[in-house]
Amino acid sequence: MTQQNRLTSGGRIDRSTPLTFTYNGKQYKGFKGDTLASAMLANGIDVVARSFKYSRPRGIVACGAEEPNAVLQLGATEATQVPNVRATQQELFDGLVSASTNGWPSVDTDVMGMIGKVGGNMMPPGFYYKTFMFPESLWDTYESMIRKAAGIGRAPRERDPDTYDAVNQHCDVMIVGAGPAGLAAALTAARGGARVIIADEQNEFGGSLLNSTEQLDGKPAAEWVRAVVEELSTFDDVMLLPRSTVNGYHDHNFLTIHERRTDHLADIAPVNTVRQRIHRVRAKWVVLATGAHERPLVYANNDVPGCMITGAVSAYINRYGVVPGNELVVMTTNDYGYQAALDWADAGRKVVAIVDTREAAVGDRTEAARQRGLNIISGSAVIEVQGTKRVTSVSVAGLSSSGTKVIGSVTKLKADTVATSGGWSPVIHLSCHTGSRPVWSDSVVGFLPGPTVQKQLTAGGINGQYETATALQEGLDAGQKALAEVGLAAADVVLPDVKTLKVAAPMSLFHIPHIKPTSQAPKQFVDYQTDVTAAGIEIACREGFEAIEHVKRYTAMGFGTDQGKLGNINGMAVAAKALNKSIPETGTTVFRPNYTPIAFGAVIGRNCGALFEPERYTAMHKWHVEQGAMFEDVGQWKRPWYYPQKGESMQQSLNRECMAVRNSVGILDASTLGKIDIQGKDAREFLGRVYSNAWAKLAIGKCRYGLMCGEDGMVFDDGVTACLGENHFVMTTTTGGAAHVYEWLEIYHQTEWPELEVYFNTVTDHWSTATITGPNSRKLLEELTDFDVSNDNFRYMDWKQITVAGVPARVFRISFTGELSFEINVQANYGMAVWEQLIEAGAKYGLTPYGTETMHILRAEKGFIIAGQDTDGSVHPYDLGMGWCVSNQKPFSYIGKRGMNRSDCTRANRKQLVGLKTKDPKQVIPEGSAAVLDPKGPKPLEIQGHISSSYWSETLGHSIAMGFIKGGLDKMGETVYYPMADGTVIEAEICSPIFFDPKGERQNV
Amino acid sequence: MLHIYCPHCAEYREEDEFHCAGQAHIARPLDPEACSDQEWGEYLFFRKNPRGLHHELWVHAAGCRKFFNMTRDTQSYEIKEVYKIGEQPSVVAE
Amino acid sequence: MSDLNNMTAAESAATKAAVMNQVPGPEIEGQSPLHHADLASLAKQGPKTGGIHLREQKLLGHLTLRCNAENAEQLAAVERVLGVALPLQPLTSTENGNYSIRWMSPDEWLILVPGLETFDIETKFRDEMPGHYSLVNSSGGSTVLELSGENVVDLLKKATPVDLHSKSFPVGKVVSTLFAKSTATIRRTGEQRFELVIRRSFSDYLWLWLQDASLEFGLVVEA
Repeated sequence: MTQQNRLTSGGRIDRSTPLTFTYNGKQYKGFKGDTLASAMLANGIDVVARSFKYSRPRGIVACGAEEPNAVLQLGATEATQVPNVRATQQELFDGLVSASTNGWPSVDTDVMGMIGKVGGNMMPPGFYYKTFMFPESLWDTYESMIRKAAGIGRAPRERDPDTYDAVNQHCDVMIVGAGPAGLAAALTAARGGARVIIADEQNEFGGSLLNSTEQLDGKPAAEWVRAVVEELSTFDDVMLLPRSTVNGYHDHNFLTIHERRTDHLADIAPVNTVRQRIHRVRAKWVVLATGAHERPLVYANNDVPGCMITGAVSAYINRYGVVPGNELVVMTTNDYGYQAALDWADAGRKVVAIVDTREAAVGDRTEAARQRGLNIISGSAVIEVQGTKRVTSVSVAGLSSSGTKVIGSVTKLKADTVATSGGWSPVIHLSCHTGSRPVWSDSVVGFLPGPTVQKQLTAGGINGQYETATALQEGLDAGQKALAEVGLAAADVVLPDVKTLKVAAPMSLFHIPHIKPTSQAPKQFVDYQTDVTAAGIEIACREGFEAIEHVKRYTAMGFGTDQGKLGNINGMAVAAKALNKSIPETGTTVFRPNYTPIAFGAVIGRNCGALFEPERYTAMHKWHVEQGAMFEDVGQWKRPWYYPQKGESMQQSLNRECMAVRNSVGILDASTLGKIDIQGKDAREFLGRVYSNAWAKLAIGKCRYGLMCGEDGMVFDDGVTACLGENHFVMTTTTGGAAHVYEWLEIYHQTEWPELEVYFNTVTDHWSTATITGPNSRKLLEELTDFDVSNDNFRYMDWKQITVAGVPARVFRISFTGELSFEINVQANYGMAVWEQLIEAGAKYGLTPYGTETMHILRAEKGFIIAGQDTDGSVHPYDLGMGWCVSNQKPFSYIGKRGMNRSDCTRANRKQLVGLKTKDPKQVIPEGSAAVLDPKGPKPLEIQGHISSSYWSETLGHSIAMGFIKGGLDKMGETVYYPMADGTVIEAEICSPIFFDPKGERQNV
Repeated sequence: MLHIYCPHCAEYREEDEFHCAGQAHIARPLDPEACSDQEWGEYLFFRKNPRGLHHELWVHAAGCRKFFNMTRDTQSYEIKEVYKIGEQPSVVAE
Repeated sequence: MSDLNNMTAAESAATKAAVMNQVPGPEIEGQSPLHHADLASLAKQGPKTGGIHLREQKLLGHLTLRCNAENAEQLAAVERVLGVALPLQPLTSTENGNYSIRWMSPDEWLILVPGLETFDIETKFRDEMPGHYSLVNSSGGSTVLELSGENVVDLLKKATPVDLHSKSFPVGKVVSTLFAKSTATIRRTGEQRFELVIRRSFSDYLWLWLQDASLEFGLVVEA
């Protein structure tokens, strides 16, 4: 295949390194240095997409991030599929495989296109809202059909083999864009000794200088670029980031950069390299040197392949050695448009005409064109082009001086390429990300960055300054300003000599009139990617949408993956005209991160698979894994849930574990409970203030259970606290509540009661806790300690410092199962050693490891609550029937006391925690089930409460449940009903939640 | 993302290291029992939500774990000052 | 509020922290948080060159001291026990031989000592420290990772948002900060050498994370 549009010389491509690539199944050749787009144009590929709504053939329009049409699917294998790649930004590599994303069976012969020709006229703006919103239930169906037909790329169905990550960066000056302004700023800041990061989305630095034939210091601009980049790379504190898009600009000068490190090398990243990286930059100062995007003009059939913007034409010729056609017509409202014609003529191809919408503009570029003898048609416009898959001819007509009407006759000219320039739109996206509202400039004919609170400077094209000399000077000034702001001396920089060309005033024109009214003229596209036309915007305005944000949403203008980089300003101009307002009066939409689409892999970085979320392990975790435990996530902890033996169902495992505890002895890894060391002479007073019960008389060597409430009186945590010394306590919290309780203690100490002498320290990870529980737990403990652990010497709710299995331990005789229990705490480095010895010594008692589920069943049999399961932030201690755990004798009004006494907390008929026993003992009420008094009563049934805990109790041979019932504590023996989704009803009797050993004899032996 | 100066660590750190604990200068009533339901309700539930300057309580959760106050513009996200617990703001809304 | 300084010796002792020697005899081997990673074997069998070197300083004594930085008597007592003063400037550290002290907060310091000296130091503090303070043994709750090598800053930048440039993070500086999705107390001990104090329960996660993030540089495990 020949590259028929390739020039034999010139450009920044390496003709000695040919590369092969595939587009829609066909092989083509390009060169090193090409983008996919330049290689496609070199090969004469005209149609790269079918449009979203009308399925019209579309070609390459631009040459950078603003490209709306050449959005392709990449990937040689299923796993390496990447959607949404702009061919204009994708560097060519050998073996690249690409495909168009819409059009079926192909972009060239498209079924939807036929429908589109009919359907198109039936799809006015607001079509989706009007047609598909009702019935709502069918939206899913509509959506999938629309998506399939529209074709906007697809995600891979296999796991992405590449690695992505994120890196945190800090600098004095972050420079966005490495064109003339950005490079001048970087050189200045670097020479001044600042820490600098300069990023540019292209593969090499230089920006507009790479696309032009301009001379700096009498030499090609690229030579100056090379010298600057070389110098910059000698500084240790300067980071150069090519192929890196600054995608977001956030509060306080925080920026996110998307760096593509290997996308230009191959389909898959080389071994052990990171494919894409997000740099999270905190910059003291930011210099935005993001340049400007050229605006195409809006005219009839302006989407036919061959319609481009003038800057892109120059870039393809000068940078890639590609002339994207044979016969060019330029239409421009300004001097810059002439450059494409000059470059085209230099490339040896035919310039049919330069159509200037202005009358008699005289600038250096217009005069150069005149001297070259190019055909200049002034005061006129291309009102329409002809052709389907490529432009074949254009219609040129005279314009009224305001540009609003066609005057005079229409002339047809033969051409295959139309390059238009409606002026340039400064790339203000990043400035908008920070919340800054853009400001319209009549002289620039575009929006400029608005006032900002960021430490931000701007230079060059973003300020509407398009002459290289001005851009360089603004870059240097920004660099010096940044140096001064970060406290560094000014740098010595001499800018290169550049000829400044005389520029005639541009014309403010966006939408080219047609001989027919807009509504009847051939389609005049404003936003290519979402198929929004000038007529569509006019309809939206006619239908009453006046705010530009509403027009945007109604028409979908700017909603494509290009965020309307080319079309938005034109759309606003069309809306302004329709609304009889000026553009600043109409206002503008703004932009959000990200500037260009970004792969999910880059967003996720390293946080996937095993690293998605930290898994916290106890010192005995490996043992649990080896025993085949099933794990439950509790916060970030992995806790053994149950330990299935071969052939057991989960319920069978739970039954076995429960019975082992009730009949002999079980062992639980309780290390995950939060533990807080509390010291100081006011520790006891502090405990009294944060717990609802009394602490004044807890003796050294004793433990006590406490309920922790919020100021509203509602329970949020509970646990046992042991008195280690007169001024020394260790508090336990729930596993999930540990961090919150710790912060709770600190906030009260630091902000309310700093006069109390107390220190809190987290020791959760420091202690390992093995709980042995069951009638044989004492016998087991006796085997591993010399200490007398008899009931006389080691009472219930005592703790002792003893040696267990040769390891110093603090053993708490407390019980969450209702059985005789010992919680053995040792320094975690020795947790496994003690655990293994317990397991070995316990064999003769059938010591059975049990997990959190058995723990839950055993405690529910005893009616013990679990904070967070039997509490939900709306229940106070009295609601839980735990008034015994509230002391109103304490002199200090502890946290929760006043809250508990609010009128709503003391009213009758509050939901209260009770036990529930099903009429059918085998039935287990699903947790969350709602209680009613009369399931057959008139609907809606009044809900009396819900089930918070519910299990099968093997110990008792029937189901047990805890739940809330309005006024439940006074309704013992009454019946409530739980209607199920399947229509059945479970009947249950209200009872005490203490199902087992109500007198608590078993834990006290 | 905010860049926050911790007055205890004496340097700027990323917002990720901090938690906001709500409006600053909400003192717990010295005698809660003496509060009417309405007064207690005001203390418990009612908070300002200004557009503009706001005084907030923050904690350097992943750092020194100390609480401090911040005066922040809720519209521009500018941090006007940080000051320690017990101190009063020097920047206040007019 | 304190009248602790006016108590009799017996009264004072009763008010002090309950301390215990938590380390068993030598017949019971401790398992550091990274015990199961078997770093010793990796050090023998793994690569010998790479941009990142990792070593666990295991089973050290970790003591968290809380006291008043403005109490001269307490500061003097600390110096008597450890032979080195508490670092009072935020984010700094001091050391004396095997003892190192990290500033954690205006009233908090992390003291690292050889594991077997822990109880001795706790006892000395109990004897020497006047007034309101707390000293908490957290040796089982954390471990120390030493990371070094020519890419060590490149690696750490992936994990922590703090600025590691030597201008902002000179040798001796200490920060407690986020590290990947966990936290760490990072101290710079050389231009290309850092010590991380990490929590026990997160250590397996961080070990996995560090291996993954080091792939592009090469990871050398040292015994």
